[in-house]
Amino acid sequence: MGADAHHHKETFITKYIFSQDHKMISKQYLITGLIMGIVGIAMSLLFRLQLAWPEQPFGIFESTLGKWAPDGVMDPNVYLALVTIHGTIMVFFVLTAGLSGTFSNLLIPLQIGARDMASGFLNMVSYWLFFLSSVVMLASLFVEAGPAAAGWTIYPPLSALPQAQPGSGLGMTLWLVSMAIFIASSLLGSLNYIVTVINLRTKGMSMTRLPLTIWAFFVTAIIGVVSFPVLLSAALLLIMDRSFGTSFFLSDIFIQGEVLHYQGGSPVLFEHLFWFLGHPEVYIVLLPALGITSEVLATNARKPIFGYRAMVASILAIAFLSTIVWGHHMFISGMNPFLGSVFTFTTLLIAIPSAVKAFNYITTLWKGNLQLNPAMLFSIGLVSTFITGGLTGIILGDSTLDINVHDTYFVVAHFHLVMGISALYGLFAGVYHWFPKMFGRMLNKRLGYIHFWITAVCAYGVFFPMHFIGMAGLPRRYYTNTAFPYFDDLADINVVITIFALIAGAAQIVFLYNFIQSMFYGKPTVQNPWKSNTLEWTAPIKHFHGNWEGDIPEVHRWAYDYSKPGHKEDYVPQHIPLKKGEKELQH
Amino acid sequence: MTTLLMITILVLVSIAVWQITKIFQVAQFNSKVDDSQVANEKDNDWNGKLMFAFLVFIYLITIYSFWEWGDVLLPEAASEHGVDYDRLMWISMALIFFVQIVTQALLHYFSYKYRGRKGLKALFYADNDRLEFIWTIIPVIVLAGLILYGLYAWSNIMNFEEDENALVVELYAQQFNWKARYAGADNVLGDANVRFLQDYDGLNLVGIDSSDPNGLDDVVVQELHLPVGRKVIFKMRSQDVLHSAYMPHFRAQMNCVPGMITEFAFTPTITTEEMRQNPDMVAKVQKINKIRYDNSQELIANGEEALDPYQFDYLLLCNKICGASHYNMQMKIIVEEEKDFNSWMAQQTTFAEVIQ
Repeated sequence: MGADAHHHKETFITKYIFSQDHKMISKQYLITGLIMGIVGIAMSLLFRLQLAWPEQPFGIFESTLGKWAPDGVMDPNVYLALVTIHGTIMVFFVLTAGLSGTFSNLLIPLQIGARDMASGFLNMVSYWLFFLSSVVMLASLFVEAGPAAAGWTIYPPLSALPQAQPGSGLGMTLWLVSMAIFIASSLLGSLNYIVTVINLRTKGMSMTRLPLTIWAFFVTAIIGVVSFPVLLSAALLLIMDRSFGTSFFLSDIFIQGEVLHYQGGSPVLFEHLFWFLGHPEVYIVLLPALGITSEVLATNARKPIFGYRAMVASILAIAFLSTIVWGHHMFISGMNPFLGSVFTFTTLLIAIPSAVKAFNYITTLWKGNLQLNPAMLFSIGLVSTFITGGLTGIILGDSTLDINVHDTYFVVAHFHLVMGISALYGLFAGVYHWFPKMFGRMLNKRLGYIHFWITAVCAYGVFFPMHFIGMAGLPRRYYTNTAFPYFDDLADINVVITIFALIAGAAQIVFLYNFIQSMFYGKPTVQNPWKSNTLEWTAPIKHFHGNWEGDIPEVHRWAYDYSKPGHKEDYVPQHIPLKKGEKELQH
Repeated sequence: MTTLLMITILVLVSIAVWQITKIFQVAQFNSKVDDSQVANEKDNDWNGKLMFAFLVFIYLITIYSFWEWGDVLLPEAASEHGVDYDRLMWISMALIFFVQIVTQALLHYFSYKYRGRKGLKALFYADNDRLEFIWTIIPVIVLAGLILYGLYAWSNIMNFEEDENALVVELYAQQFNWKARYAGADNVLGDANVRFLQDYDGLNLVGIDSSDPNGLDDVVVQELHLPVGRKVIFKMRSQDVLHSAYMPHFRAQMNCVPGMITEFAFTPTITTEEMRQNPDMVAKVQKINKIRYDNSQELIANGEEALDPYQFDYLLLCNKICGASHYNMQMKIIVEEEKDFNSWMAQQTTFAEVIQ
């Protein structure tokens, strides 16, 4: 297919709104994801205020929560709603769609040398479904009884019975509808990524020459296709239980003075279905961030990524294992203890490929010539939080140890570091690194440094102390811990955490300012600002549908020939043919 | 205090914003195409040094947290298996800390040591199968040990035989309180179902089937008493949504699921009285009472009631989100000598007496 095929006339609507160009769709994903991120992070700051200064009146509650904060004091139901929507938005809308959607779309065609995704139309539909699901999710914030409030895991019966809490009425219906649309969007996107990577690689781009970013996006898409449909079925069955009187997840319930008719269902079944997606979801969030890190670390270290084959193998191992460990969320759910043993075994196995990745990242830095750009700092930060957060997984993945820390703040600390902060750092690294490719302008580096250093300090300041309140036995999702004098000595820690959280929130304003300002007034970029090897930097700065004006460049080497002896420059882009007598690394 | 903190934060934020604007004025005057937004040698230098400082920061926050808050971690285990649990926990923790200290040091030290300099070329070093093998096999061996130890402990905890001597207690969860049902003289719980909750004008608190003779001597209470040194087998039920019976001092937790009965068992080893005398606990209670006293002063100044002084008691908490008052769904647990337990039990009314 030649470039001409894409030179059709573009109107404002087909170029900026219903665009089928992967680069525009990628920007649409990013900006929608950022807007959702602002909402999600703002919510966390609101409930952090409540946790540090419980039941104190705050003007900001009155102005943002209105009738849900009578006299400025947050209502417990609203606290639960904020926690729920914060989790949902951050996990799905920011770190799944915002991260994968943005960078899979931007980089898959550009890095493998394709003119666009396999189906531009499906790609467009995927984005607009995501947009629609975001609108439905945000709309649920405005319903009379409040949005869903059963935790982002929406376990029934709490989520199934409107009598159980106000959020389980219309708010929960909208949550389920929004997620069903979201899953459709995610599936269309993932199928497109898979087909594109398999079929549209340029000449010479064998699977073993793929940049690790593409490997990560590719495998992420496969995990998504395998596991998201299961969440869709769980959501549909829950809709049936809620609206049509079936009993998939409900049995023997007495609530508000009334025996309900449900018989024979089991909430444990829902937990299995939910976590069959829910756990792979962690890797759907994390793998793209790790892929971005691989690329950013190698480019800025001016060194090949260490152990390319081991990195690919560990991505595949993580992907495989991720689908058979979901039960570690359910050690104490009442499922058979023998199953607990099996899931402990598979879960702890995941530590092996994860450790390999961490060691390879560290070795990539060794004897490098590190260009400490903001993207590089975020990538190093990611490795740091990935290690800190990942290590506590050894405790939580062990069924025995999980008994006492399950659902405490220890878990909150663990997953925020290992998937929340790490994936967010991956997102930031990606934005700082590929902003010039997306917008043709550079982000301001000094603001980037300010953003990174404040965020890095605060991320540890927020989540490190949480391990302590978790080990002290404080459950998560408590509106306040003042009901237990036993926990009074944890009040100080909560204040410290909230102060760090507020400063971290302020640091994100720096990022937003930099983002918007640079989009319009940033320094115009040079062709290949980071002196990178991958193909996207050979495409013209100014976007047009079809990516390359002439022929698509051919690929002659892998993506990591940095500082290769025998070359003058410290990088050799993938489209440069091998010199006479030059050997390609066996990989 | 609150206001002061808020003001401090506001001031800090405004200073940050002001500084940023200043940087912008400096950064803006030249906007032709150049690579001024790519890190130069100076940026590499100061960010590399900050990377090293960050390593120090991670170590310091770790040391500070342990120094300041180390006393809140895992209170002394008050159950038989709790001691094993704690041993496994500290072994895992020691391992984690070792790996954390070493890997963070390498990561940040390399980031500092190899910060970019002009004219320098990185080492072209792409692969080493031997190294990959080493850092695959070491985690394999270490994890194999942890998995085996973990599974051994897990099966000891979860595979409790139904021994004759064990006390059978039902924990019954509902929005937003707990009830406990003792099996009575026959030590067999009567059948129960939510359908029976409305019998006897709501006096049938946990829905015991009155046609089952095993249930007639059952005793339903709102405060959990346990005899020390005797195994207790808990049967958990819930009447409405998921709850989780969490007893942190006993290293015990199990979800309560509507429509099914879940189980957990442990043997309490320390009575409430003994725990109150425990030096660590005495110190903790003193600390808490100091905080409560200080808070009371503030409350009294505002014309509100002072807080009661705190006395230690074992806790049963709800640890699965269950609705608005989830944060306050609790029950007191009292561990006492067998004879005290028996005399307490003798004072309780059986189901048969309640429904008469």
